[in-house]
Amino acid sequence: MSIIQNIQPHLLSILESVSDPEIPVLSIMDMGVVREAIETDGIVQVKITPTYSGCPAMDVIGDDIVSAFAKAGKKAKITLVLSPAWTTDWITPRGRKALEDYGIAAPLSPEADKDALLGGKKIVKCTNCGSTETHLVSQFGSTACKALFKCDTCQEPFDYFKCLK
Amino acid sequence: MTNNSTTDQSSLPLGEMSEGQRGNLHNYILGIADNSLILGQRLGELCGHGPSLETDIAGTNISLDLFGQVRSYFQYAAQVSGDDTVTEDTLAFMRIEREYKNVLLVEQPNTDFGYTIVRQFLFDAYHLLFLRELEKSTDETLSAIAKKSIKEVSYHWRFSSDWIRRLGDGTSESHERVQEAVTDLWMYTDELFHQTEADQAMIAEGIGVDTSKLKDIYYKMISDVLEEATLEIPVGKYFHKGGKQGIHSEHMGYILSDMQYMQRTFPNMEW
Ligand SMILES: [Zn+2]
Repeated sequence: MSIIQNIQPHLLSILESVSDPEIPVLSIMDMGVVREAIETDGIVQVKITPTYSGCPAMDVIGDDIVSAFAKAGKKAKITLVLSPAWTTDWITPRGRKALEDYGIAAPLSPEADKDALLGGKKIVKCTNCGSTETHLVSQFGSTACKALFKCDTCQEPFDYFKCLK
Repeated sequence: MTNNSTTDQSSLPLGEMSEGQRGNLHNYILGIADNSLILGQRLGELCGHGPSLETDIAGTNISLDLFGQVRSYFQYAAQVSGDDTVTEDTLAFMRIEREYKNVLLVEQPNTDFGYTIVRQFLFDAYHLLFLRELEKSTDETLSAIAKKSIKEVSYHWRFSSDWIRRLGDGTSESHERVQEAVTDLWMYTDELFHQTEADQAMIAEGIGVDTSKLKDIYYKMISDVLEEATLEIPVGKYFHKGGKQGIHSEHMGYILSDMQYMQRTFPNMEW
């Protein structure tokens, strides 16, 4: 599913400089949380969609956007938009690559996600060695968006970004 | 719980509502939110005290999801109140016990892991069914919050129902203890479907969920898992209620004294 975005081109590089505080390699643009950024009368109105309801990163992201624009001499106002709800499909291909490089397995399709988290199927690829001989340790990981896996080949634990759709 | 962002306003013409309608909507939103608030607080108590690292993290993650949902509800309730002094923080921290509208189930203590999981299981099933209906609400804000929350609550339900199976169909010790929790907490399930005046007014408006239609599905949903877990489905016909009217169990005062401590000690403090 594609994202409905309305972002003025001259604001893009500023938004791209803001990253997810918990996954610093991922920009908020690659995360797919920015819906709209429009400058009117010297104020940039930014609409963002929360990933998980209780995600403490959202407040930080809002503050970081405001300060990124402040550095560029612009005033920004943040509005949270709940609908349509954020989905992991909105993470860009570049974002998925950044996640994997960082050691977090990128979300699978909803069906495969279910098989991995509920059916115990060995399909989540270890981010350390690439083996699919992995098993779920916990549906809930270090943050709301992740599940914890362990690789049976290299024995390393790693995070899996849960599919949200 | 303060930030510089605001939630997108719904197209609901709040200005066109009568005082009475606003009051009912306000109370209706609090009724939904307080369940998640108090359950979230109970789960938060386990932070650092879970029986294992994974379950500890799971409990706090679920708690965090619930608090996130509560914030959306409270921000909306504050808007509906039309009173500038009402904020998400005052709603969470500055009310007195009788003003909280959560069901008795969610305030029951973390007696042991069996009780914690059964409480979660009994609530998650209801929560999921409820949100699926709330998504169809004519109130756009409530519908949007529900839509977002369903995804998270599906994970909660997976987690709690999975543990019911593991504990029920586990060792004789785990079976016995989880059975005790099921038998004990069963008497709090009926209240989930009890309708207050605000509930009925909101159902009539197409805003609220007619929970009476969910009751049979609910008991079927939990009974299926209990059977699979080789647990007995309680036959007790006596049920407690009162929480929705603000008449809480003896546990509530302790929860609030803990939860409200910082705001009562340092009024208007912010993170
Ligand atoms: Zn590996």
